[in-house]
Amino acid sequence: MKNEFRYALRRTTPVFCGYLFLGMAFGVMLENAGYGILWALFASITIFSGSMQYALVGLLTGGTGIITAAIMTIAINGRYLFYGLSFIEKFLSMGKMCPYMIFSLTDETYSLLCEEKPQDNMNEKRVFFLIASLDHVYWIFGSVLGAFLGSALPFDAKGIDFAMTALFLVIFTDQWLATKDHKPAIIGIVCSLVTLFILGPDKFIIPAMLFGIALLILTDKKRSEKGVKVNG
Amino acid sequence: MDNNTHAVIMIVTVAIVTFLLRAAPFIIFGKSGNPPKSIKRLGELMPSMVMAVLVIYCLKDLHFEALSGFLPAIIASIIVVALHVWKRNPLISIGFGTALYMFLIRVI
Repeated sequence: MKNEFRYALRRTTPVFCGYLFLGMAFGVMLENAGYGILWALFASITIFSGSMQYALVGLLTGGTGIITAAIMTIAINGRYLFYGLSFIEKFLSMGKMCPYMIFSLTDETYSLLCEEKPQDNMNEKRVFFLIASLDHVYWIFGSVLGAFLGSALPFDAKGIDFAMTALFLVIFTDQWLATKDHKPAIIGIVCSLVTLFILGPDKFIIPAMLFGIALLILTDKKRSEKGVKVNG
Repeated sequence: MDNNTHAVIMIVTVAIVTFLLRAAPFIIFGKSGNPPKSIKRLGELMPSMVMAVLVIYCLKDLHFEALSGFLPAIIASIIVVALHVWKRNPLISIGFGTALYMFLIRVI
């Protein structure tokens, strides 16, 4: 258990950096909107989704209805529809931990779990659970700290949200260096740029993922057919 | 409805919809306990694609009407990748890249 905990701490360090600042940014925004520490705690425990919690601040102050809130959540978080595809069997095999693993599947946790390889002398399920729950703890801690400091933040933190961009760039770089097959990465870049230019920054992410998935399936089929021909 | 009740309803709504989105693949393919092979293969190929989309997602609001609209983010991103290829230390890459970005948006 000690081994696994130490390992998970090390693996989640980059997420700690990102979540600390991003969580703080959320806490500060929430506090400025008139909702303090307990609200930050409540939202971060139950929602655990960065971009959506930023949008939530607007929902709280705007007198929004439930339907609007639900539609906005689908628009912003629709990408989560696809993340579980990589972990269906894995999470189902985790028994009681399964619902929590599904709940805590953020962009960052997804990225870390994708890179995860079985380690000697470690229980992989426990490692998965620790990575997910540590990320959650960092997020809660950051947002509560932000709400606590509020406007009294000792420095002008504008631009600190770049930590999230940096985190994805770091994971993207890790993945790029770890494989020779760069096709999925290139498909991702091309699909998001094309949909971004056609649909604009607010609407492109879900079409980009759908378009990307379609291309992954199509190009993969071609390759396996070639493989069959060579073997035959 | 007072403000606090409204806030609780908003948070609970967002939390439930977010969870349902995350749970959808398990609800659709999880029942049999064994998703089709094509879905499994897709699950293997997706991470690199998704990460590329997320990177572009973070940079989606860049604009080219002024230097300040794109230069800080582009320079900081290049430095993050370069530092990471060189040092392979996420703390250094993310910490330095973010600090650099915060500096650049104040001077450009």
